[in-house]
Amino acid sequence: MVRITYVEHDGTKHEIEAPEDRSLMEVAVENMVPGIDGDCGGACACATCHVYVEDAWLSKSGEKSEMETSMLEFAEGIEENSRLACQIKTSSALDGIVVRIPESQH
Amino acid sequence: MSQAAVKPEDAGIPDPYSLTLDQIDMGKAELYPAQAHWAYFERLRKEDPVHFCESEEFGPYWSITKFNDIVHVDTHHHQFSSEPQIVIGDAVDFQPPMFIAMDQPKHDVQRKVVTPAVAPMALSEIEPLIRERVGNVLDSLPVGETFNWVDLVSIELTTQMLATLFDFPFEDRRKLTYWSDVAASGPQVGDNSMTEEFRLQELTKCLEAFDELWKERLAEPRKNDFISLMAHHPDMQNMDPMEYLGNLMLLIVGGNDTTRNSMSGGVVALNQNPAEYEKLRADPSLIPNMVSEVIRWQTPLAHMRRNALEDVELGGKTIKKGDKVVMWYVSGNRDDEVIDRPNEFIIDRPRARHHISFGFGIHRCMGNRLAEMQLKILWEEILKRFDKVELVGEPVRVTSNFVMGYSNLPVQLHVK
Repeated sequence: MVRITYVEHDGTKHEIEAPEDRSLMEVAVENMVPGIDGDCGGACACATCHVYVEDAWLSKSGEKSEMETSMLEFAEGIEENSRLACQIKTSSALDGIVVRIPESQH
Repeated sequence: MSQAAVKPEDAGIPDPYSLTLDQIDMGKAELYPAQAHWAYFERLRKEDPVHFCESEEFGPYWSITKFNDIVHVDTHHHQFSSEPQIVIGDAVDFQPPMFIAMDQPKHDVQRKVVTPAVAPMALSEIEPLIRERVGNVLDSLPVGETFNWVDLVSIELTTQMLATLFDFPFEDRRKLTYWSDVAASGPQVGDNSMTEEFRLQELTKCLEAFDELWKERLAEPRKNDFISLMAHHPDMQNMDPMEYLGNLMLLIVGGNDTTRNSMSGGVVALNQNPAEYEKLRADPSLIPNMVSEVIRWQTPLAHMRRNALEDVELGGKTIKKGDKVVMWYVSGNRDDEVIDRPNEFIIDRPRARHHISFGFGIHRCMGNRLAEMQLKILWEEILKRFDKVELVGEPVRVTSNFVMGYSNLPVQLHVK
């Protein structure tokens, strides 16, 4: 199991254990974590699962594809550590990962 | 672009199963006001989901009818170009550039310039204003009389919103409605009520009016309206007049025909499904979920078109380089492999946001959050005031293969 902490914009924490090889978007939606919509169902095509990955985990969360970079360009409040949660897969290397959820998704 | 309500058989529209597959041309605009397209698309999804047609009106084109195939085309923008045109018909000689019909990198540059006007941060600032206006419009409606919901509510509210987004003179706002109708009509979408020449003449007047506003905004400090954002941005301030007009047409139609018809569509859907209306009255907290369901059920824009940049295999067919490809969102939203009981209107549907009306990929609707907010506020304010908005006659739908809209919804209000 992989431990994931989602931190809402107001600081509310959701600590969840999930099996490996699931996306951080799917895990959030299945566990009713507010603030992650995932409208496209994980196709990297809507940018409604925007999260900020804490620095310690950023390099372990993988490289952004060209599509992810393009989709993020149109999201609001983009930072260096912005990612789409649907493009990050749970694995033992990410056990303990912390991601912050923006105030809103566009 | 309107006509009286008709049934498929009365409109002389054949049963889809009486035709051979190659005779099925979803570009025929008369299918839509007669609501005959549902049965046609159902046949295509079952028998020929990636469908080729030699259309007399629109030339040869592919129809993509299933949800996942549409997502595939929409997300492969390097294979499927949005240039030169995103509707089924080709322009004859009037084709102003607009960023919805551009590929990367220019599309991304221009889209980013105007996005801040409709981003969530800006929306939370204008929410109280929208609520106040919705309240005023609803309070001014004639109680005890039959009136056209499209005109007094759907058009009025979307037009007021557009005037705000452009900071357009408020008293002249119905000009925006008119230009939107002109921009979204014409032979390219199967509408023959206006010639290309007439459209150009009317839209030139639109350009003249907006040219004045451009100069005015340029002389003032930058604000968060569409015109000011464009006029002050180095990447857009040197657009030629036709490109300015093209982007205006995009932003006007994008904010008008879409939300307008979802505002009307909700009334139709709830009247056709009284048990859902009952559910809504009993639990107004269902409104945000219902809004997504209305947008799916209505699918205000039926299609978007792409052009293949290379040979692509899809659904066992080979789409050839240069082929025209039409993604039928209105069909994808009824695909039972992705959406459970897709023909039913269910306001508490699980995962209601997973619909295709906004498109997916880099061209996904930019104003989606604004649209949802407007619809949410509208229904919250309706429920505070009225027990029922009752549809008392047949809806009159527009003739278009692009805009899934209404021109007349006769209603009566039942005050609480």
